[in-house]
Amino acid sequence: MPISEILFWVLSITAVVCAMLVIASKNAVHSALFLIVTFFAVAGHYFLLNAHFLAAVHIIVYAGAIMVLFLYAVMMLNLRKDEESGKKPLFKIAAAISAGSLLLVLTVALKRSESNQMLGTDTQIGTVESLGQSLFNEFLLPFEISALLFLSAMVGAVLLSKKQI
Amino acid sequence: MSINYYLYLSTVLFAIGAFGVIYRRNAIVKFMCIELMLNAVNLLMVAFSTVWGHSQAQVFVFFIMAVAAAEVAVGLAILMMIYRNLKSTDTSILSKLKW
Repeated sequence: MPISEILFWVLSITAVVCAMLVIASKNAVHSALFLIVTFFAVAGHYFLLNAHFLAAVHIIVYAGAIMVLFLYAVMMLNLRKDEESGKKPLFKIAAAISAGSLLLVLTVALKRSESNQMLGTDTQIGTVESLGQSLFNEFLLPFEISALLFLSAMVGAVLLSKKQI
Repeated sequence: MSINYYLYLSTVLFAIGAFGVIYRRNAIVKFMCIELMLNAVNLLMVAFSTVWGHSQAQVFVFFIMAVAAAEVAVGLAILMMIYRNLKSTDTSILSKLKW
């Protein structure tokens, strides 16, 4: 078994187990910490797939920016532990059935498609150079629009969190 | 290594995220599960980009990350407002749109 395959399995099991623990843990802070581990496992997958730039951006954006926002929100909201006491068992069963049937349908659809393509070994497609080339040539307009999106998100967040305008 | 492994891994991650969105009632954990689903899609896009040898899919992943960051900022601001008005983030309280 080559080393990349061993790494794939280790990262996959880490990601899936920590994703389950995000849902299972009662405390929202624990959920956030398990989510960070999941994000790092996904970043490791990006490294395995030779997407080095995206791995760095993923760690900076998700583990850096988004998780800090989540932890600040948990801190400011001051949540109690047993917030979700009045949950009916029927509700749990319904959630499990709907998510399980989604998994079943997707798995069967993928099994039917039988795509057996191999992953490429080209290490040049995920570099900063090639991504920058395509980002600033053919995706220049979406790039500028995303700057506009950030501006509007910033204005919206400030506007929403003000007590009175 | 075949693409199938990544297909199934992303499917499992997506299903876990969907289950969390339905199962949990705390709105913050719901947001985290949405991030999990976005991550599953991103992982699949990167895997496909290495299969086909194009970097366009990775640019799309970049944009998805940007949109996710903006979405979390606005979403958490809305959550703050809900908490200020209702003193809770339990989504079962927010049932005014229920038919």
